[in-house]
Amino acid sequence: MERGENVKITKETVEHVANLARLYLTEEEKEEMAEKLNSILEYMDKLSELDTKDVPPTSHVIPIQNVFREDEVFDSLPLDEVLKNAPDSEKGFFKVPRVIEE
Amino acid sequence: MKLYELTIHEANQLLKEGEISSKDLILSIIERIKQVEGKIKAYVTLNEEEAIKNSEEIDKQKDFSNPLSGIPVAVKDNICTYNLRTTCSSKILENFIPPYDATVVKKLKVCNAVIIGKTNMDEFAMGSSTENSAFFPTRNPWDLERVPGGSSGGSAAAVAAGECIYALGSDTGGSIRQPANYCGVVGLKPTYGRVSRYGLVAYASSLDQIGPITKDVTDCAIILNYICGWDEKDSTSANVPEEDFTKSLVEDVRGLKIGIPKEYIDEGIEEDVKSAVFDAAKLFEDLGAKCEEISLPHTEYALWAYYIIAPAEASSNLARYDGIRYGVRAKNYDDLIDLYKKTRSEGFGAEVKRRIMLGTYALSAGYYDAYYLKAQKVRTLVKRDFDKAFEKYDLILSPTAPSAAFKIGEMVDDPLKMYMSDVCTIPVNMAGLPAISIPAGFSNNLPIGIQLIGKAFDEKTILRAAYTFEKAVALEKRKPQLD
Repeated sequence: MERGENVKITKETVEHVANLARLYLTEEEKEEMAEKLNSILEYMDKLSELDTKDVPPTSHVIPIQNVFREDEVFDSLPLDEVLKNAPDSEKGFFKVPRVIEE
Repeated sequence: MKLYELTIHEANQLLKEGEISSKDLILSIIERIKQVEGKIKAYVTLNEEEAIKNSEEIDKQKDFSNPLSGIPVAVKDNICTYNLRTTCSSKILENFIPPYDATVVKKLKVCNAVIIGKTNMDEFAMGSSTENSAFFPTRNPWDLERVPGGSSGGSAAAVAAGECIYALGSDTGGSIRQPANYCGVVGLKPTYGRVSRYGLVAYASSLDQIGPITKDVTDCAIILNYICGWDEKDSTSANVPEEDFTKSLVEDVRGLKIGIPKEYIDEGIEEDVKSAVFDAAKLFEDLGAKCEEISLPHTEYALWAYYIIAPAEASSNLARYDGIRYGVRAKNYDDLIDLYKKTRSEGFGAEVKRRIMLGTYALSAGYYDAYYLKAQKVRTLVKRDFDKAFEKYDLILSPTAPSAAFKIGEMVDDPLKMYMSDVCTIPVNMAGLPAISIPAGFSNNLPIGIQLIGKAFDEKTILRAAYTFEKAVALEKRKPQLD
């Protein structure tokens, strides 16, 4: 696998993307990630061989759109079931660290 | 014949006749699990006590009119089972107890199926060998040094080893068909939209489908009858008329036109696998079908488009694992963002992180057009190749995978090489089509199979051809040597 000219993913890119993805990576993981992602993306360049100017994208394989249900109220999951797996909860709420600035 | 060796239809016959009880069947499976599970490690969670209790209740009712009644099933651990731990083989969900059943599980419970346990998989269905499980790898019953395939490796191994009568798996890029191929069993991925995804932990929402892994084609058709159907809880489920798939179990392929895509039989495919496909073609022709070489020109691009689309969708789907409402939460954190990052970094394995990173990158500002949008356009081209082929042909015949099962550890450090093992299965998910993998022979005592791909919603033709092939090829009843 040739490297060098086609290095798209730098350590800075990895750090930026990791932040977006809410992941911590060690320095070693960052380097490994950059390397592995680069080699995968070099293969992705094959896609640019194809002329897709007039090709519509497929986001969904079967022809259905806007699947709605009636706006009716019905019982949903009971509160105790909802909170059953909560790492931390209190008085019927999920407990989280402070989100609002002082 | 040990009870754990029965198929669904054989067991149902004996249950109806009162020759055996459901409890007999469950106890036989539990005994088998005791015997071999230490070597195979197909299960993450066993449900033995509940299963025995269920079987006793079912025996009391004495109603085996439903073919799945009283028969033990193994469920892949990314399908939610009420009150039964569901982990997706990930540390981040190692304590998750679903507060609801997936629709397919609900449907099976209505049939009085007995859930024997949850099977091991590649973490969040990302992988082709089950080596990416956060807990342990599952071993191939045919050679314990080899992988069972992935990501439904636990399900396929359990069926092959007699640790359940049948299993449910999920397939996003080949995760039912490839492990079925490596383990010498039958695996079917239905048309996208056939089976509800409600309760299937999402990996790539436009590609995922649940499907059966079974000992024979008949069992596959039976299960399909009960798991298919429009579901108001899954907005991507298809509203198509109900069918009785067991009507397809006839030996007749006369007049069927079968295409064999040359791009699927290239240098990357091993000789034994190629021979299996050509032998199958000859068999079909002897039985009155017509087999011809065809071309699906965009095949090589499908793999790379998949490895943009699937990670992109996964990066979005896995954003919910934030330690807030369920799953594991990091112990020490300074603030909310720190909580998110620590929880996710501690909870996700390496391949999952890799795909989240790849997907996030592909969708991020400045790269969306070059990668994600481009991949979706390529997806259209891949789908068009199939549409064009199906104007002239009824079925497509191909290998399921380039080789038989590889050794544990052989590919785990080379993600690119691992991705290549899905080269025959991925395009099918990209086009949303149905496909089955069926055993076709052996290579050095390792199973190899063939794949039959059909038109959208034409599972009946796939099943008919697969059934005919199974009867005609009459593979000697070889069994994995586990005792």
